[in-house]
Amino acid sequence: MNKPGVEICTLIIENRECGGRSDQTILEVAEEYGIFIPTLCRLSGLSNIGACRMCLVEVKGSNKLMPACVTKVQEGMEVTVNSPKLAEYRKTVLELLFSERNHICSVCVTNGHCDLQALAQKLGVNHIPMPYIHPHLMVDASHPRFLADHNRCILCTRCVRVCSEVEGAHTWDLMGRGTTVKVITDLKRPWGESESCTGCGKCVQVCPTGALSEKGQAAGEMLKRRQFLPYLSMMREVGR
Amino acid sequence: MPTIIIDPVTRIEGHSKITIRLDDEGQVQDARFHVTQVRGFEKLCEGRPFTEMPALMARICGICPTSHLLASSKACDDIMAVRIPETAEKLRRIMNLAQITQSHALSFFYLSSPDFLLGMDADPEERNIMGMVRKYPQMARDGIKLRQFGQRVLEMLGGKRVHPGWIVPGGVSHPLQAAQRDAILAEIPEAIRITRAALQWFKGQIENFRAEVRSFANFPSMFLAMANDTNEFSAYNGWLRFIDANLNIVADHITGTDYLNYIGESCNDDSYLKSTYYKPFGLKDGVYRVGPLARLNMCQNAGTPQADEELAEFRELERHSVLSSFYYHYARLIEILFSVERMQTLLHDPEILGQNVRAHATPNQYEGVGILEAPRGTLIHHYRIDQNGLIESANMIIATGHNNLAINHGVLQVARQFIKGKKLEQGMLNRVEAVVRAFDPCLSCSTHAAGMMPLDIQLLDADGSMVDRLLR
Repeated sequence: MNKPGVEICTLIIENRECGGRSDQTILEVAEEYGIFIPTLCRLSGLSNIGACRMCLVEVKGSNKLMPACVTKVQEGMEVTVNSPKLAEYRKTVLELLFSERNHICSVCVTNGHCDLQALAQKLGVNHIPMPYIHPHLMVDASHPRFLADHNRCILCTRCVRVCSEVEGAHTWDLMGRGTTVKVITDLKRPWGESESCTGCGKCVQVCPTGALSEKGQAAGEMLKRRQFLPYLSMMREVGR
Repeated sequence: MPTIIIDPVTRIEGHSKITIRLDDEGQVQDARFHVTQVRGFEKLCEGRPFTEMPALMARICGICPTSHLLASSKACDDIMAVRIPETAEKLRRIMNLAQITQSHALSFFYLSSPDFLLGMDADPEERNIMGMVRKYPQMARDGIKLRQFGQRVLEMLGGKRVHPGWIVPGGVSHPLQAAQRDAILAEIPEAIRITRAALQWFKGQIENFRAEVRSFANFPSMFLAMANDTNEFSAYNGWLRFIDANLNIVADHITGTDYLNYIGESCNDDSYLKSTYYKPFGLKDGVYRVGPLARLNMCQNAGTPQADEELAEFRELERHSVLSSFYYHYARLIEILFSVERMQTLLHDPEILGQNVRAHATPNQYEGVGILEAPRGTLIHHYRIDQNGLIESANMIIATGHNNLAINHGVLQVARQFIKGKKLEQGMLNRVEAVVRAFDPCLSCSTHAAGMMPLDIQLLDADGSMVDRLLR
């Protein structure tokens, strides 16, 4: 509130008059007012990158859709969160994610506890109209405690961010371009041979799908425990 | 050469067809049973974590996912080299018995009993479960109720009727609740009543099916099933044993990867289903049967009072082993009775509510084999993993594969008995299908083959021109 250059703005989100600080995003203000905007790559406590495009909103006066997680609020903004166009866009984004790699829920370790699955159910995705690509990707089981199944990765980079921003190891990163992008450990060494990995498991817990999981879990048994994240984020803020 | 093609075979689980070749006089020369679909599970699981296998392999089948779940979990137990807690083993046995109950009820009441109730020669439009509902509503209700009982047990324990979870490498995922136990126990008396009534009725019908008893894959063969020290009926624990038609033991104490020394698999040009045979005797002489008939021939007693009474009566049918595959139906009913009784005993055991239901371990062996008696017979899952626990190769032998040679034998036997001359009749072709049904084959291992699929049978002349055609 007392940061220099930060102002209080009034704006309209979904026909509601809302107040926020100029350093807040549309998503943050909407959440304060209890207005739901779907998100996927975003996880509170990590930086926002606007990669998944689930939180797209319409802003009056702009012909482009804006990702709410990285768009700062401005005085007099009029934001639409729910419209047929947005619903279609969000659904299409999910359909494209499902068609890209292998997201067969029934045999997945996170079946029933998956962010992608939950969002698809919430937004009414019940068919995938485009053909599946189903690339044959490796499962990296070289780590003694964890598994990386690239077939289930949606490239949200939560693992990359938590490892870099919270754990400070930066073991994970991205490699390649387009649909062939993969998350890698160190310079694409098997996870089990990574020298930077501390084995903390934060990446596994923040992963929205079954891409990263603990070994030894049967289908549907991998529950993601993210309680550590708000605490660690708060401590990081305090330390700054 | 004139050929009759029955495509698809109806009221079975999966897709198949039958080809019958006639000579110029209209006599049956040869008959073959073809499975026309490929699934590919052995291939598609490669590279997956072994802990995923039970859930993945259960997707082979919508009728008996629990059987695959169990065999797969047993193979994973073997890879982890753990002995699962006793309570977990008992709970798994209840799941297996519930699976046998529901699958047998499906086979007997939904798929096969229309033939017994309405007659082999009845109009195909009537000769199905809907026709049965119209003419014999009580029997249909009972059959549905019995299957529902089995399905409800699976649902209560495994969370879902089709593709339940709960059974995991090392045991089961959580303990049984007293309320669930009591709910299952409350339904058991009715399930026993229905099964006994069906048995009583079926025994009275056998006299009307003498020709079918004589010709439905009625031949001396070996039998393969699970055996144990007590010689009681065994579907979960034990080793494999081969016996011959005179009940002599041919091979015994087959465990783990030993099966590779005894069971050979041969590929067929005209079917996606491999034929398995007893390796020491070769493909030609190594025919054996698995399933309810094999299991009842194998055990000395069932181990539960009512099933034992029925088993004693069943034994009266023949001097040595019961050989006609028509009696698979009879054996199925006795197995339902045994399963329900055994479930009752297991549920009354105070240990069944024990809290220790899972052993945890990382892989300790590179290879694991899980053997189980599934409703249709011996089921083998065999996995090999790499040092990180990912599947390198998988081999599965499913009951219908074991029975493939016997089914072919039966199809030929029935075709020779019933198909005469150049005029096709529904009844004779239905008998050819019915012999396949007696084995209750699970071809796709999925749920989508009901009795309403189109059937086109063509009788072709020596020069390929159509002599007769039946459509439905």
